[in-house]
Amino acid sequence: MDFFSVLYFRFKKVWKAVRLYLVIAGPGLVVMIADNDAGGITTYAATGAKYGYHLIWFLLLLIPVAYYVQEMTVRLGAVTKRGHAEAIFESFGAFWGWFSLIDLMFVDWLTLVTEFVGMTAALSIFGIPAWITVILVVLLMSIIVLNGRYWTWEKIALGFCLLNLIYIPAAFMVNPSISSILGQGLIPNLPGGLNNELFFLLMANIGTTIAPWMLFFQQSSVVDKGLQEKDINMGKLDTFIGSIITVVVAIFIVIVTGTLLNGAPIDDAATAARMLMKTNHYVGAFMAIGLFDAGLLGAICISLASSWAFGEIFGWAHSLNTKVKEAPWFYISFFLTLATAGVVPLIPGAPLVLITLFVQVVAVTLLPAALVFLILLLNDKKTMGEYANTPLQNTVSVFIVVLIIVLSTLYGVSALFPNLFQ
Amino acid sequence: MRMLKQFRSKIREINLRYAKPKVEMSKGVKFSLAVLRIYLFVLVLLMIYKFITVL
Repeated sequence: MDFFSVLYFRFKKVWKAVRLYLVIAGPGLVVMIADNDAGGITTYAATGAKYGYHLIWFLLLLIPVAYYVQEMTVRLGAVTKRGHAEAIFESFGAFWGWFSLIDLMFVDWLTLVTEFVGMTAALSIFGIPAWITVILVVLLMSIIVLNGRYWTWEKIALGFCLLNLIYIPAAFMVNPSISSILGQGLIPNLPGGLNNELFFLLMANIGTTIAPWMLFFQQSSVVDKGLQEKDINMGKLDTFIGSIITVVVAIFIVIVTGTLLNGAPIDDAATAARMLMKTNHYVGAFMAIGLFDAGLLGAICISLASSWAFGEIFGWAHSLNTKVKEAPWFYISFFLTLATAGVVPLIPGAPLVLITLFVQVVAVTLLPAALVFLILLLNDKKTMGEYANTPLQNTVSVFIVVLIIVLSTLYGVSALFPNLFQ
Repeated sequence: MRMLKQFRSKIREINLRYAKPKVEMSKGVKFSLAVLRIYLFVLVLLMIYKFITVL
């Protein structure tokens, strides 16, 4: 064969792989980018404002952490064709099943409230009242979900994922010093030594990288999309690309606040956006739009994670490929979760700070359990066959899971007892 | 009332369906679940303590 024939066949092979990836891509990208939800944006904004570029290296370490945990849900979903809630019920019995399901419902609802808080705060910067934001979001999300096709829902969600990249142009607009980013950010260092404040922020960054709803969401999403065992490699690639994008977005947020708000006290991302607007109107506006989008993406995924889990256990039809008539309870539970969480930020004097604190604490009761179940399920050779964890995968994932459990527990406990580690 | 009855029978049905864990209860699995129970027990105790002291 001549040179051009070889080139042509290689191109065709690569193009075929790219097209296959584009068909399978979705669950990994959506879950990972939605991971940068309203709470995540606040954490990254606070990280940049407090420590400048110094913790970028730490964010890079979160790529394998996020990937190794989430890729297990891809294998589990594709092989068992069951969501995480159903897998726990079936494998570990009703006690652990109910514990996980009720805990998930609780954590998801509380997290949804924080997403609404983020979204209403973001749009209030543009003068939009909170009640209009809540109604708009509930309407928009209902329309997205009620279209009756998983494929359409996923493409719309991917569109919102694309908007999450708004922090990248924002970072270029603040003209950061590349040499400072590379010099300060890529060399592992602990600015000011490992004190309580830094430790709390590091734990918050880990806590926002892996959340319980992500495990339940991605596995159910893989099942609803109908991924098969042959699609696992592409599903893993999808997750890997998603984990890179989520950290890249986080780094660009750190660059924005690290450049313009270095040393400023940041309690939430909306405050950061307001402060940024004073320096650069467009960057502040981008920050606010990004915060709204992050809250919306988080809300889209979290409310679905709960509805899928309920559907799996109660035996209701629970697919986005079904119409309302065919799966009324699936859509009712979705709408109820969404609407009740949306109302909370509208209540005058609602204990929003307490809710945010409570999310961290309750998540700590579910995350370790869900992660332990994940590892045990991935070691069940009878079910997983050749897709069970290899010794190397077990070593890596057990190390990561133990690390997450220890740090998230410390994070949760320090949220309960703020003076404990001082 | 009828809905409540239906709901209760559904819960009973689910409990029955998942009464027996399907995963092989090896020593490793038993150990992990025992550690998880202790972990959650301690965490719940901490939350109750916090709740009582705040009140």
